[in-house]
Amino acid sequence: MWHTIDSDQELLRDTTMRYLAEKVPLARQRKDRDDPAGFDADYWAAGAELGWTSLLVTEADGGGSVSGKGAVDLALIAYAFGRHAAPGPLVDCNVTAAALSGQAGELQSAALADLISGAGIAACCLGAAPWQQPGEAAISIGKDGGDILINGSIRPVESAGQAKYFLVTGRSDAGFTQVLLPADAPGITIKPLKALDVSRKFASVTFENVRAPAAALLGAFGRAAEPLARQIQNAAVILAAESVGAMDAAFDMTLDWAFQRYTFGRALASYQALKHRFADMKHWLEASHALADAAADAVAAQSLLAADTTSAAKSYIGQYGVELVQDCVQMFGGIGVTYEHDLHFFLRRVTLNSRLYGTPAEHRRLLAATQIEQEQAA
Amino acid sequence: MSETMDLIESVEEFRGRARDWIAANLGPIQPWDLSQHCENDAVELVAVARDRALQRQLYDGGFAGICVPPDLDGQGLTPAHQRAFNEELAGYEFPSRFQVPTFNPCLAVLLEFATPAQKKKHIPAILKGEEVWVQMLSEPGGGSDVAGASTGAVRDGDDWLLNGSKVWTSRAWWADWGLCLARTNWNVPKHQGLTVFLVPLRTPGMEIHRIERLSGETEACQEFLTDVRIPDSYRVGEIDAGWSIGTRWMYYERIGHNSPFVTHPIGLTKKTAEGPTIIQIARKAGRLDDPATRELIGESRTLDIVTHELQRRLAAAAASGKGNTDLSSIDRLARGMAGARKASIAFELAGSTAAAWTEEEDVGYGPPGMQFLMRQVSCIGGGTTEISRNVIAERVLGMPREPSGDRNVAYRDIPRGPKRG
Repeated sequence: MWHTIDSDQELLRDTTMRYLAEKVPLARQRKDRDDPAGFDADYWAAGAELGWTSLLVTEADGGGSVSGKGAVDLALIAYAFGRHAAPGPLVDCNVTAAALSGQAGELQSAALADLISGAGIAACCLGAAPWQQPGEAAISIGKDGGDILINGSIRPVESAGQAKYFLVTGRSDAGFTQVLLPADAPGITIKPLKALDVSRKFASVTFENVRAPAAALLGAFGRAAEPLARQIQNAAVILAAESVGAMDAAFDMTLDWAFQRYTFGRALASYQALKHRFADMKHWLEASHALADAAADAVAAQSLLAADTTSAAKSYIGQYGVELVQDCVQMFGGIGVTYEHDLHFFLRRVTLNSRLYGTPAEHRRLLAATQIEQEQAA
Repeated sequence: MSETMDLIESVEEFRGRARDWIAANLGPIQPWDLSQHCENDAVELVAVARDRALQRQLYDGGFAGICVPPDLDGQGLTPAHQRAFNEELAGYEFPSRFQVPTFNPCLAVLLEFATPAQKKKHIPAILKGEEVWVQMLSEPGGGSDVAGASTGAVRDGDDWLLNGSKVWTSRAWWADWGLCLARTNWNVPKHQGLTVFLVPLRTPGMEIHRIERLSGETEACQEFLTDVRIPDSYRVGEIDAGWSIGTRWMYYERIGHNSPFVTHPIGLTKKTAEGPTIIQIARKAGRLDDPATRELIGESRTLDIVTHELQRRLAAAAASGKGNTDLSSIDRLARGMAGARKASIAFELAGSTAAAWTEEEDVGYGPPGMQFLMRQVSCIGGGTTEISRNVIAERVLGMPREPSGDRNVAYRDIPRGPKRG
C-alpha cells in the first residue's frame, strides 16, 4: 500500500505477516480443511498479543492503537490476513471489542478482557440491519418483565461454535436493539454450515425465548441504530482491507503467470486482448486500495463521510474484488479452479467478504438513502 | 513570497486566506462552469469574457498560478496549496475555460520546455487572463497515434512555414494561441522528426472550422494551415526533438484536472449547480422508491467516491515519487469507465422520458438521452481508454509492447492504408 505508514505501523503489519506465514501457510490450511474451527485457540491468543483485537479499544479499557488511528492500524492487520487468506474471527472480535469499549457491566468487562487477551472470542449475530425494511429483521428482541427476551434465527455467523460471547442485534418495537449474551445461555442452538472459505467457518444460530437480564443490553433498549452503524463501518474497514490483501495476492500470482506461461510460442503477457484485461484488473485493484484506505481514514477520523466511504468501499470491492479474482481464474484456465492451486483461497476470501455485513447491492441502497435524504434536506 | 521551502506560507494559513478571499470575491458556481459549451455562441462569448475577468481577479488577488514560480508572476507555492485552494473553491465560480488545456497541459509544457523569453512573454499573460491556449495535436489522419503527425513545418529563412490540418481543438474559434506538434523531418522514424511550435491562432493562413458533434454542440474545431508563417523564436526545444516534449505533454494531458496548475472546485460534500441529479431524474420518472433504482443511485455515488479517492491516491503516489508518471493512465481509464457507466445509469433511470424532452429540460450537461448518445466521449477524449490500457499493461505492468508497422521506418515510408494493386 502507498498509504503513508510510520515505522511502528510497519512493525505491526510485518510482525503479523511473518506470524501468519509461519503459522497458517496455505499448505497447512489446505490440509486442515475439515477442522471444524479452522484455527487453534493458541494461534488466536498469540495473535491477540500482537494487537489483533485491541486496536479499536480505548487505552482506558486496556486497548490502544499504534498510530492514534486505530482503524488504520487494524486495516494493516486485515490486509495481512487477506494476503495470507488467514483464518480467525478478526472482524467479529474487533467489532465486538469496539462495541464493548466504554460500556459498563460485568459481562461486558469480562468479555472485553477475553477479547483483548484472545482467551475468548465473540461472534456477531446480525439479526437486523439498516439496509432492511423493519419487517425483515431475523431476530426480535422484546421485554418480558425486567428481562430481555430474544427470538429468531440468523445465518451466517462466523465461528459461532468457538464463540464464548454473542453480540446479538435485533429489532424491537422501539428500534434496533443489541445485547451481549454468553454463548451457553439456555435456548441458543448452533448448527454448523458448509461455507465458501477453507478456514473461516460459519454456523446458523437460533434463539428460542432466550432470556437475559437488562444488564445484558448494549446501550439503551431500541437505541442501537447509531452504534450499529459504527459497527458496520468498522466491519467494512476490516473486510475491505482484507479483500484488498487477497486481491493483491491473486493479482501478483496471476501477473507472474502471464510472463511465465507460453502459448502458441508467446508469453500470455504479449497478447493485447489479455494485456487489456490486466489493465482493467490493475484499475480495479488501485481503485480498491484507494477506497479501503479512504474508508480506514474516514472511520479513524470519525468523519462525516465515514458512512458513505465505507459503503462505497464495501460495494465497490464487493463487486470488483470478486470480478478481479474471477478474471485471474480465467487467466490461469483450468488449473485456476483446482483445489491444489493457491488461487482459490483468495477467490473464496473476496467472495465471502462480499457477502458479510451487507452485500454490494445493500450498501448501494444505503448510499442512495443517504443521498436522497441529503437532497431533500437541501 | 519566498522561494525557499521552509519559509513559504503554511497550507493551513494559506487556506484561511484563500477562504476569506473567495467568499469576498467570487459568486456561486455557474452552469457555464460545469457545461463547457453554451447554448449559442453569443452566450459562450459572454462566458469567455467572464472567465478572462475572473482569471484577472485571481491574478490581482494573488491566487493565479499557485504552483508557478514568482519570477513568472506566480505564487511559488506547492501542489498542497493548490489543492487547499481547490477545496475552498467548492461551490464557487471559477475561470473554467482557462484550466484545461491552457493551464494544463499548455502552461505545464511551457514551464518545462520553453525558453526564458518565451516563458516571460506567455506565462504572465496566461495568469492575467490575456491568453487562452489550445492544443494542436490530433490530426484527421490519426487519433491515438499522436507521433504520426503529418502537419509540416518547413524552414524559410528565419521563419517556418506550416501546412496541414489539426483537429479536435477545443475552443480554437475564440482562443488565442496553440501549442502545435509538427513534422520537420520526413526521412527519419516518426518520433525523431517532430518539433513543437507556439502558433498564434489569429494569423494569415489559419482557417478555423467548427465541428458539430451529434449533440449539436460545436465547441471543437478543425484548423487548416496554409503557409502559416511564424518566426523561429516560436519554436520550443531543438529541431526534430519534439517527441521528448511530446511524451511529457501526453503525461500532462492524461492527468488533466489533477494537475497542480489547475484551479477547479473539488470536494464531495458541497453542492454544485449542474443539471438534474440522478435522484431528480429518478423522481421525475416516478421510480425513486424502487430498490433497483436505489441500487443504481448508490452505484453512481460509489463511482463518484471511487474516482475521487483513486485520484487522491495516484496524486499522492506521484508526489511521493513512489509511482511512475504512467500511473496517470489508471486514473484516465477509471474516469472514462466511470463517466460512461454514470451516463448509462442516468439513462436507465430516466426510462422512456430519455427519448424526448422539452426546451426547459435541455440544461446543464444536457438531458440523459443525449448524454447517453455522447457516452463514449468520456472514453475517447484526451486519449482513448484503449491507449490507457496499453500504457498500463506495457509501462506500469511491464508487459511486452505491441508490434507496430512504423518502428525504425522513415516517416515517408510508413504504410498509410491498405496496399493497392
